[in-house]
Amino acid sequence: MADSPKAAFFDVDGTLVSTNIVHAFAFYAMNQGTIFGTAWRTAKTALSVPALWLLDKTNRKVFNELFYGFYEGQTEDRLRELAGELFREVLRPAIHKGTPHLLDEARRAGCRIVLVTGALDFTVEELARHLGADDLIANRMHFVDGVATGRVIPPIVEGAHKAVVIRDYCVREGIALDRSHAYSDSFSDYPMLAVVGHPAAVNPDLRLRNVARAYEWPILETTEA
Amino acid sequence: MRSPSKLARLYEATESIVTIDKGSAPRILFSGEDLLLEDLPVGTKVIYPRPPIEGLTNVKAAIRQAINHPEGCDPLHARLRPGMKVTVALDDISLPLPPMRTPDVRQQVLEVILPLLADSGVDDVHLVIAICLHRRMTEAEMRRMVGDQIFDAFYPDRYYNHDAEDPKGLVTLGETRHGEKVILNRRAAESDLLIYVNLNLVPMDGGHKSVGTGLTSYEGVKAHHAPGTIKKCHSYMDPARSEMHRSVDRIGRVIDEHLEVFHIETTINNRMFDGPMEFLQKREEDFTDLDRLKLSGLRATLKHLPRAAKRKLFQAVPAAYDVIAVHAGRTEPTHAKILEKSFAQYLVDVDFQADIAVMGIPFISPYNVNSILNPLLVQVMACGYFFNFYRGKPLVKPGGTLIITHPCSDEFDPEHHPSYIEFFHRLLPETRDSDVLQAKYEEEFARNPSYVHMYRTGHAYHGAHPFFMWYWGENGRQHLGRIIAVGADNEHVPRLMGWDSAATLSEAIDMARSVHGRGAQIAMLHHPPIVMTQNLG
Repeated sequence: MADSPKAAFFDVDGTLVSTNIVHAFAFYAMNQGTIFGTAWRTAKTALSVPALWLLDKTNRKVFNELFYGFYEGQTEDRLRELAGELFREVLRPAIHKGTPHLLDEARRAGCRIVLVTGALDFTVEELARHLGADDLIANRMHFVDGVATGRVIPPIVEGAHKAVVIRDYCVREGIALDRSHAYSDSFSDYPMLAVVGHPAAVNPDLRLRNVARAYEWPILETTEA
Repeated sequence: MRSPSKLARLYEATESIVTIDKGSAPRILFSGEDLLLEDLPVGTKVIYPRPPIEGLTNVKAAIRQAINHPEGCDPLHARLRPGMKVTVALDDISLPLPPMRTPDVRQQVLEVILPLLADSGVDDVHLVIAICLHRRMTEAEMRRMVGDQIFDAFYPDRYYNHDAEDPKGLVTLGETRHGEKVILNRRAAESDLLIYVNLNLVPMDGGHKSVGTGLTSYEGVKAHHAPGTIKKCHSYMDPARSEMHRSVDRIGRVIDEHLEVFHIETTINNRMFDGPMEFLQKREEDFTDLDRLKLSGLRATLKHLPRAAKRKLFQAVPAAYDVIAVHAGRTEPTHAKILEKSFAQYLVDVDFQADIAVMGIPFISPYNVNSILNPLLVQVMACGYFFNFYRGKPLVKPGGTLIITHPCSDEFDPEHHPSYIEFFHRLLPETRDSDVLQAKYEEEFARNPSYVHMYRTGHAYHGAHPFFMWYWGENGRQHLGRIIAVGADNEHVPRLMGWDSAATLSEAIDMARSVHGRGAQIAMLHHPPIVMTQNLG
């Protein structure tokens, strides 16, 4: 097993970039093509923020279902077209200064770079390319006749499911889970961190910082170069 | 007329070895941040440091004298040309211990050579701290080391820590005839002149080790920081009998073939304690009533303080070291002169080997300045540094017992020593065999991207460093029959180290005597300050 391939799994939001999925969502809401469309989506988004925040804290699964529902009715072409702009205007400036170093170090260590995120795949594909990731594990929107249904193709990549998809990925690709690394900023990713041999907390929230201290995981800061 | 016993005591007052008799005062032993006061068995030989050698009265004059009359090469001013590229490498904060009072000797050297460089039209000057795989020094530590004026002029663009993990910042110069890779900091390697400003705290430091180790990478350092090399060191505080130094010298000679290197080496005396703690420099026999009062007060204070506060208390008092020698020039002749002075300060002649040695482990090591002496560092102090403080024969007989006093708390600094934690809790339960650890895990830790990142951007020791710390205890572990930790506050740390535990020193001595017999020779190395034994018989 000593020579089996290994991977480094990175959460994206907060870990590699300072934004989160709500930023992407808000970007789409504010770019609806028409003034009325934009106004309606923006108002709807603004009104839903408190409810989404509450759900995010209480039930991540319901949060996700509700959250992705907001994409219902949007065309795939438009979503993909705007993804490039989203990368240039929102995501690229939000990449932490230390992120390229961390990815380089993982690459030099011989790890396959895999981004694991609850964001929709088309919103982070350009970012994954830019960072030189080898693979991207993200949520996929269900489209019918090129129009988003607002539902995500299961299983949803979030929380405990991240651990499952990482495990499945390792089995499929012949990667040694116990030699692999995982990086996240959030306590909600505890399962993903716990499943690999070498977890690390990156710019962690308070709960994850406490967990990392308790389990003696390395705590990394990437907000500075 | 004085009685023979009184004459013996008078004789001993000027000697470095005191033999305990029935009326002897109890001895002070460090136990981490605490001071123990212990009665030792009659007949125990207590080995004290030599008194501090008188410091140089004018250090800057000595520096000028050294660079103007160097060993084996032209004076520094004669080697400078306008427009040349110069790198000045500096030893890091691991030396001296504790940090010395300001101005640090490195600052004094820089205050002499930087104006000389400027006056000679040399403007392309970088100051690089030769940390190798040690932690990066903080901004405040860097400022303290060179003073405000130099710091403000050079930091951060021209005064920085060496980065042993920067692929673009390293260059391979070649290999030694033994196949050791010679890898060096690119800026230093591409300079027209490399000036190394060193501070020798112990005889292990300096010489070819300065550039060859301080400015290299993991690939470069692992050639000699290896169990096989350490096992062949007798000891690594005696470069002539150290396999590690033979390897380092081979690497250094390749560097000297490729680069113009000018060494400025300095060494200091052993005036480690100052101010309210100055009495710790004295022998217990020489304590005045005031000293005894100070000791009682200090012990009472320490007893009631939390460990972190005690650490702060000790670390808040910088050492009053004096510079006792400055030499400059080519690597080997310069270092030979410094070594001579260093040995003159530390060596105490002994004509015996003990069955049982007693050593108090203090709160500090080269690897925990402003941090915690974690269990692995306790180990490196006991089996590494303190065991290796000998020249000729070790203080302890082969198979002898080493008794150390330290609480051995399971406490680590996650910012400075993250990889130590994993090494200690994941690897040591599996094996203590250095060869197995090296073969199975060293590379994994060295390449761990998290540890690399923390080394490069934070203040963490490199991922491979805990391995080196373990190897550095290897010749001690091979030589000693048994190690007993006195006063450990837990069971598992001594057990993971392969040590026995005892609640008190007398219990530990009884345990050791059960093996070596009632007539076993006991010796105590009374440090800090540093003392080395010399037994060339």
